[in-house]
Amino acid sequence: MAQFNLNINGTKQQIEVDPTTPMLWVLRDHFNLVGTKFGCGIAQCGACTIHLGDNAVRSCQLPVSAVGEQSITTIEGLSENGDHPVQKAWLQEDVYQCGYCQAGQIMNASAFLKSNPNPTDQEIEGAMNGNICRCGTYTRIKKAIKTAATSINI
Amino acid sequence: MTLVKTSYNRRSFLRTSALAGGGLMIGFSWLASCKPTPEQIVNMPNEWFEINGYLKIGDNGMVTIMSPNPEIGQNVKTSMPMIVAEELDIDWKDVIVEQAALNTAIFKRQLAGGSQSIRHGWEALRMAGATGRHMLVAAAAEQWQVPAEEITTDAGKLFHKASDRTLGYGEVASAAAKLTAPEEVSLKEVKDFKIIGTSRKNVDGNNIVTGKPLFGIDIQKEGMLIAMIAHPPAFGMKLKSFDATEAKAMPGITSVFEMKTFKEDYTMSAFDITAFQDLIVVVGKTTWEVMNAKKALKIEWELTPDIKAKMDMFGNTMDIHFPAGLENSTAHTNEMVHQSKIKQSVVRKDGNPDESFKKAFKVIERSYSCPFLAHNCMEPMNFFADVTDDFAVLKGPIQTPEFMEKSVAARLGLPLEKVDIQMTRMGGGFGRRLYGHYLTEAGAISQQMKAPIKLVYTREDDMTMGIYRPAYHAFYRAALDENNNLIAFHVRAGGIPESPLEANRFPAGAVSNYLAEEWTADSNITVGAFRAPRSNFIAGAEQSFLDEVAELAGKDPIEFRLELLKRAQENPVGEKNDYDAERYAGVLKLVREKSDWGKENANIHRGVSAYFCHNSYVAQVLDMVVENGQPVVQKVTAAIDCGIVVNPDAARNLAEGGAIDGIGHAMYSAISFKDGKPEQNNFDRYRLIRYSEAPKEIETHFVKSDIDPTGLGEPPYPPIMGALANALYKATGQRYYHQPFISEKQILG
Repeated sequence: MAQFNLNINGTKQQIEVDPTTPMLWVLRDHFNLVGTKFGCGIAQCGACTIHLGDNAVRSCQLPVSAVGEQSITTIEGLSENGDHPVQKAWLQEDVYQCGYCQAGQIMNASAFLKSNPNPTDQEIEGAMNGNICRCGTYTRIKKAIKTAATSINI
Repeated sequence: MTLVKTSYNRRSFLRTSALAGGGLMIGFSWLASCKPTPEQIVNMPNEWFEINGYLKIGDNGMVTIMSPNPEIGQNVKTSMPMIVAEELDIDWKDVIVEQAALNTAIFKRQLAGGSQSIRHGWEALRMAGATGRHMLVAAAAEQWQVPAEEITTDAGKLFHKASDRTLGYGEVASAAAKLTAPEEVSLKEVKDFKIIGTSRKNVDGNNIVTGKPLFGIDIQKEGMLIAMIAHPPAFGMKLKSFDATEAKAMPGITSVFEMKTFKEDYTMSAFDITAFQDLIVVVGKTTWEVMNAKKALKIEWELTPDIKAKMDMFGNTMDIHFPAGLENSTAHTNEMVHQSKIKQSVVRKDGNPDESFKKAFKVIERSYSCPFLAHNCMEPMNFFADVTDDFAVLKGPIQTPEFMEKSVAARLGLPLEKVDIQMTRMGGGFGRRLYGHYLTEAGAISQQMKAPIKLVYTREDDMTMGIYRPAYHAFYRAALDENNNLIAFHVRAGGIPESPLEANRFPAGAVSNYLAEEWTADSNITVGAFRAPRSNFIAGAEQSFLDEVAELAGKDPIEFRLELLKRAQENPVGEKNDYDAERYAGVLKLVREKSDWGKENANIHRGVSAYFCHNSYVAQVLDMVVENGQPVVQKVTAAIDCGIVVNPDAARNLAEGGAIDGIGHAMYSAISFKDGKPEQNNFDRYRLIRYSEAPKEIETHFVKSDIDPTGLGEPPYPPIMGALANALYKATGQRYYHQPFISEKQILG
């Protein structure tokens, strides 16, 4: 057990926990931020994607001890009112079926668009290839990312 | 208008109303209700009036509609309330949707399966809305002292044109709620629909994109413990002994114990099935701590004997057999090949197939197979349970709440009325969550712990626990005469441990001489319904085979199918043909038109497929290009006849997902076995389709229809596998027979 000071969604948090605990479970079990989803536990599906600083990371493979000073953003903190351009684009395209993987998709897409606001189809595929959607909403996700890119660039 | 009898006679309706008033609406949590829009929050009514079990109306005209069925991503939580709203004649923006709890007194068939929610719900949902409208009209007639027939409704308002008077639904809701439900109500004509047939966005959209706790795995409760299970690593094995000394001493661990899923004298139902009924349970404070303690368990396993048991199949007792032994995929393949070469039990025979094959001008024979598949819902199996001495609350993802209520009640020793099952939005279902052993396990763990618990499977638990899509095989034979007419057709299909045969589907009915045989081979690997059971293999196999037969006959594959369907329509063979040949031909004609079929493009390789299942008709054309020596799916064009389309954009979403999911499983996915052990236990070794492999574009067209709606969760999934195989042939010059196609390395390597 060790004590950690974390900055989650702009709020300073303190926690005493086993240093190997992945951020996925710190968020879900300790802070009740359950929007970040458990899918595989081995960084293969992307359901647990969060932002560490500006980067999209798989929280199931990020031990709490590795976070340090870097800020953490989860789906709950992506925007104040659910109105981030990526969230709005997801609503506009009515992307989801079951919806379970979509928080991870949105977190990955939003970090990607920040680094590449004007992506090609191939770049989108490359960036999103690590996020699995079992329902098969890939074509809608791609459309939503393009919609979001357009709105960001306006 | 159509006049229909309500399913309730006066007394039974009053009874259900009373039950509904007795608590159905009360205590709805964040988990069940969709978030009202900011506008709706500002305009929340002061008082709600219960009209019937499906709906209540606020004093300001806002309406709450209950969505009765489990939501697994098929979007019934939006489309079922749309049907109620249509007949109630309310503006959709004034509707709030809530997920109903399990309540068999009010709702029928609260089950997600067989693509039947809309089809079976259609009448009851319409009636619920129409009944509400009727009662509001009656209340207004009373208030205005005019005949009810003179009152019209629109968008939540009542009108009496002669006297130019208007009332909002909210203004008469209180009076309407006190009226007796009518025994007969009028339903709208299809042409008068204002909501059905228009695209409405998913009612949970805001909750999904903001990460709200919608799913069973998201449940938290004060004092709740986390539970995980350890099960044998291989089918054909069971628990021998274990040492939990180390695990128990680890931080955060509350308890480790052995648990039997069922009581000794219990007869499993069809939805109870699980290979591993003797488990080790680890309970602790947090998920990470429990995961670590589970790894520290020292467990010895032993071989299971040959098991013969009884199973309750919806009231009929059935024998089930789990043979002893550790099974291997190579042996499974050998078994399938062996079975395909010997005569099997005849399920259907028309004309004289033997004679026809003998005198045929050309004969073609082909074999197809597919492996076991894991459902791999993105939300791993989990369930919340809070069991006290005299009451049990269970909440989480389940497609069969009504069946599982009985199972868990029997396990806990509680009467049914003391077991409350609540449904959460599900992170996928695909058939996996029809089988609720994890719900029963959660109940039993909570009872043992005397505490609320949430049982959570890891992905590895989920993928190695069984309930797979069976491994299937189909051998086909077709005979052509000298004019290239199909004169005989033979299918011999089977599987481990279930057969995929649909003997009365196309091309049965379209060929004079037809033979269908089937076989099964026992296995101790548990299987279950997987998105479009049986069809999920046999459609692709049959549609690939027909493509080859058409080629042999020198005919265009669509034209060839249409010729057969014409025969089936005009002069059908046999009397038990499951499909409507005209509707079947209809989707083929539509996809031919919409895809510009026949317009040649040297760089685009096209495959076509069409199939009927779950009461709906789907035809798909798949366009493939070759990029850097690799086949890439460029576009899928689909034509679908599922009757009236309730929510077109959501229906398109399902059709797109079905195509992507189907391409993915046919191309990439498999569970294989070595010494009883699944060789894939997570997404590093089990391949699901990813972005770069999905079609670049999908276009879906619906046949315009006034026929009552049928399902769409499953029908777009099976046929795409045939279109894929046929396009692959055009692209590569080689036929693909054995899924996953990626393993047929000679070309795709």
